[in-house]
Amino acid sequence: MQDGWLDFEAPLVELERRIDDLRSLATSQDLQAERELEQLERKAVGLRRRIFSGLSSWQRVQLARHPRRPHTLDYIEHLFTDFVELQGDRAFGQDAALVAGLARFQGRPVAVVGHQKGRSTRENIARNFGMPHPEGYRKALRVMQLAERFGNPIIALVDTPGAYPGIGAEERGQAEAIARSVREMSRLRVPIIVFVTGEGGSGGALAIAVGDRVYMLAYAFYSVISPEGCASILWNTREKAVDAAEALKFTARDLEALGVVDGVLPEPEGGAHRDPRTMAATISETIAVSLAELDRLAPDVLVRQRQERFLAMGAYHEVDPA
Amino acid sequence: MSWFRKKVVPLSRVARRRQTPDGVWVKCASCAEILYRQELERSLWVCARCGAHFRIPAAEYLRILCDPESFEELFDGIRTVDPLKFRDGRGKYSEKVARAQGGQPSREAVVTGRARIEGIPIALGVMDFSFLGGSMGSVVGERVARVTALARRERCPLVIISSSGGARMHEGILSLMQMAKTCAELARLQDAGVPYISILADPTTGGVSASFATLGDVILAEPNALIGFAGPRVIRETIGQELPAGFQRAEFMLAHGFVDRVTPRGEMRAVLGTLLRYFTDSMARRVPHRRTDSGARAARNPFPAGDSSSPVLD
Repeated sequence: MQDGWLDFEAPLVELERRIDDLRSLATSQDLQAERELEQLERKAVGLRRRIFSGLSSWQRVQLARHPRRPHTLDYIEHLFTDFVELQGDRAFGQDAALVAGLARFQGRPVAVVGHQKGRSTRENIARNFGMPHPEGYRKALRVMQLAERFGNPIIALVDTPGAYPGIGAEERGQAEAIARSVREMSRLRVPIIVFVTGEGGSGGALAIAVGDRVYMLAYAFYSVISPEGCASILWNTREKAVDAAEALKFTARDLEALGVVDGVLPEPEGGAHRDPRTMAATISETIAVSLAELDRLAPDVLVRQRQERFLAMGAYHEVDPA
Repeated sequence: MSWFRKKVVPLSRVARRRQTPDGVWVKCASCAEILYRQELERSLWVCARCGAHFRIPAAEYLRILCDPESFEELFDGIRTVDPLKFRDGRGKYSEKVARAQGGQPSREAVVTGRARIEGIPIALGVMDFSFLGGSMGSVVGERVARVTALARRERCPLVIISSSGGARMHEGILSLMQMAKTCAELARLQDAGVPYISILADPTTGGVSASFATLGDVILAEPNALIGFAGPRVIRETIGQELPAGFQRAEFMLAHGFVDRVTPRGEMRAVLGTLLRYFTDSMARRVPHRRTDSGARAARNPFPAGDSSSPVLD
């Protein structure tokens, strides 16, 4: 992968390079070159559209994990003002894999929680690749409950390979931290709007994703298990991750069809990392519209509807008991 | 291509083997002692030599814990489907389920209903590890949610015995959502002031430990039960080193503050009886003005809007 290109984008790379070359050479008087440039640009747009309209699940996984993909702090910068990060769970420590804080959305006080990946190796080590420990979830819950006390809405940005599977995480109750967060979110008396921006990795994602509205970015995925993990268990080899990715039906469209998410937000051509500002603008509009809808509901109604939303999820057949 | 092919064992046989073993003699998986089956049954499937607790199916727990004939199964009409038309390296999910059911379409990884323990009516769920590793798909989530709602409506304590490898991959995201479903119903149960006792059997990991299993008002665990979020294999691969002895076992969880008691199977019924009497007695004695929603909720808002009278504080 060069300059942030993914292997399936290869046909585009050469074309884009020629466009760049031509652009640097062409002067405003050179009509011939200008015409050629126009032609190439049209071709590039068409090609990009063709590639991105037929993405496989695995290609979407690659986009969702793209190192240049905007992460939580990038979105926070575009979406909010006056962001103040709050740190620590007041019990054990500070977890940099999960960011939580207070901010204003269009002037209005809100709370923000979100997984944070790094871009460089050094950043990723500091952020533990966006995989929180229990103290991360406990901090998130603390901040969400703080928001509840002041009647402020909560915005959650989900982007994690999963909760961290390590010795310390187990010693400090990873399972309990996730379970508690899920239960408490189901009864917070303020609006909760969730965006799965990249990877929605299992329980580690769900722990901050129990919302009144749950949206996914077009190339995000949200799954019960990583494709690699699933492949290693059900196919006996991680190399079958591509097959597992298809079988798990975890793309944004799949989840919309299954009734798990409320909507799929279109991404800029080539993915959110090609134009983070536009992506953030789409998210911003969605927050505004959702808040306007949720503001009309009394807290009791809000909580009941949120609980009913999750109580209704699942697929089974029901027969009269014998 | 490997020289030695893995011998393919039909799943139905595996499933039967993972339940209580057939045959007159049974070997303890922990200390290799050869045990007489009838003796083992009498000792509630606990090895007489080393105290290892065998994994047992739901029906055995009902026999061990409930008053005779008191269990009334409910929600068994909720049946498994294959929403994703899932197919893995070994075949179709629907066929896998059919094999595990063994001709009994109501069979799933949890059994739910009403029961009595030492005369006290309870709502009960018992997971069955022998059914697809006790994995939680839509049916497990729905049955657990319904039995939790039953406990709330009938105001009787909820008891769930967990034994599960986690969420069922074959139902994809819908399995993950069962965590949210069961937790939402538990929030309602707590708000209604009805107690929940969670019993953790070997193993309780993944999506089940990260939802209803670790949310009990009281949490009991069977000795040496594996309890945790991630499975030991995943952790070993992630950190690239061996795990300490006793890691993620019931006693480890007790030492780290995540279970209230490690209780041998033979004592479970008596401990449950004492706890259930405590809770039903507490519910009966509760003074009306203290009958708040959950305590936490009341603490957050001691003066609800529209209530101008000065409230009597505890």
